[in-house]
Amino acid sequence: MTMSGIAFPSLHHRKRKRSGWRGLLYIAPAMALVTVFFVLPVLFTVWMSLHKWPLLGKPAWIGFGNYVRMVSDARFMAALGFTAHYTIIVTIAIFALAFPLAMFVEKPRPLVSAYRTIIFLPVVVGLASASLLWVWLANVDSGLFAPLMQRLGLTNGRINLLADFDTAFLTIIVMVVWKIAGFTMIILLTGLQAIPAELTEAARIDGARRWQRFRYLTLPLMRRTMALALILSVTGSILAFDQFYIMTSGGPQNRMISVVYYIFNQSFVSFNLGYGAALSIALLAILVTISIFQLWLLNVGDERP
Amino acid sequence: MRTRREIRARKALRDRVAFHGVGIGTAFFFLAPFGIGFLASFRPNSESGLPPLPPWPLSGISFDAYRILDGFGSGVWQHTMNSLVVSLGTVVLTVAVSVLAGYGFSRYRFPLKNALFVLIIATLMIPFQSILTPLFIILARLGLNNSLFGLMLVYVTLQLPFSVFMMRNAFDAVPKEIEEAARIDGARDLRLLVRVLLPLVMPGIATVSIFAFLNAWNEFFAALVLLSSNDNYTLPVLMTAVRAGRLGAINWGAVQAGVAVMVVPCLIVFLLLQRYYMRGLMAGAVK
Repeated sequence: MTMSGIAFPSLHHRKRKRSGWRGLLYIAPAMALVTVFFVLPVLFTVWMSLHKWPLLGKPAWIGFGNYVRMVSDARFMAALGFTAHYTIIVTIAIFALAFPLAMFVEKPRPLVSAYRTIIFLPVVVGLASASLLWVWLANVDSGLFAPLMQRLGLTNGRINLLADFDTAFLTIIVMVVWKIAGFTMIILLTGLQAIPAELTEAARIDGARRWQRFRYLTLPLMRRTMALALILSVTGSILAFDQFYIMTSGGPQNRMISVVYYIFNQSFVSFNLGYGAALSIALLAILVTISIFQLWLLNVGDERP
Repeated sequence: MRTRREIRARKALRDRVAFHGVGIGTAFFFLAPFGIGFLASFRPNSESGLPPLPPWPLSGISFDAYRILDGFGSGVWQHTMNSLVVSLGTVVLTVAVSVLAGYGFSRYRFPLKNALFVLIIATLMIPFQSILTPLFIILARLGLNNSLFGLMLVYVTLQLPFSVFMMRNAFDAVPKEIEEAARIDGARDLRLLVRVLLPLVMPGIATVSIFAFLNAWNEFFAALVLLSSNDNYTLPVLMTAVRAGRLGAINWGAVQAGVAVMVVPCLIVFLLLQRYYMRGLMAGAVK
């Protein structure tokens, strides 16, 4: 619907293609990379997950032992719970800001493209850079927030935002919203701009109020775009690692260990490589399920435009 | 009549003030952290522990923070070069591999063509975070453990689904007649691809390049896991040492200097090539 200039042409049918194996030569480098650095590792992960695999020494076959351990691993369950909690909250927060922003920058007005660019800037820097920037801003002694709040008389003394779970969580949410909202805004913007202006105009002439137009026209027509933005936000958030590693080191009280962080700890800190692989397979299964759900959701959007 | 026009003019003015009020407030929220961090990186060492109120240096611009940053690891130049080598290498390899593959998928017919294309795209579904352990082992077997080249190959692979998709579409959009004409003139295969078609798919290459550069430059997790020796660290991995501090004391000036070194190239690349970046984003979004 928003294929701007990039078309799948029907040229395919006009001209016979050169057949044979030469085409395989062209795609060979890509296939080699995907095979060695993606397909093999995935298969290898499955294989490793069925072993007790220490860093040094011989791996030992233990069948589904790692998976049995996983189900009763309270810390893994805590990581799953925390990741789900984080994903839900951050997605809601991003949408709550990105949707109004998308509507704000939709109409062509003076300076609007400058606003768009500025809002988008944090998207192109790394999450690691953003985390480093914000962990300083949130620092109790040398940062911005605590001293500023104290100076404005909002708090008695300086609050250490990163020492308490709730405030540390809130800080990270604000940071991620700052970093990601521009991305979601642009996705939503493509959906908004795909709504034909005549439709909105017609609804206005028919006397639909602003809220009615939004509720009964904009929202239904945005289904597909919103589904896409939602899925991107959810899959991205489930894989969160940098911000927890850099900003809070998983603290306070190790309550900010996300799934990827836990896999990292098991695999590369405790060197339980087999168990780490089993956890990875669980993560992989979750993500693939979401991807399949995504395809289904987008198709549903197609049937009911 | 006159009052009516006046009322309308006043309403328009109020509208405009409200619009730009919101706009400026929003822009401030998104720009301020960059500005504060950037300004603070030029404060002298004596001020680096103070809150950024105000953020600018009070006693003259100083490069203390950058000097202290330089004292970490093998020096900031070395690590910037590491990051640059990995990022630019990723760009070159990604472009080379995806141009070839895009051309192959667009212009040739061969066995299992669709299945192989879907396989490349389907790797998007699988988070690379879940296959890092075997990647670590495979790279070690190839003698590429703790190597920037190994990391580069991993980054290229991660870029492939998006890049091959982009390049195939770019080649699909090139009219066949151009190719036929060049063929009659005697250009064949790779020469045809490089001399005749490459200039026509330059916008696609620009898009692929900018995404490859930014993703490789910013990537943290794989670099953290796959690089084990100090002098090979890319900037984000180096920064974990700076952020951890020395003897329990963190030099926040050095942290902000590091952030500036990491952030400024991204912003410049984006602002210069914004058009191509957005094109890629839209193409990815509708995929």
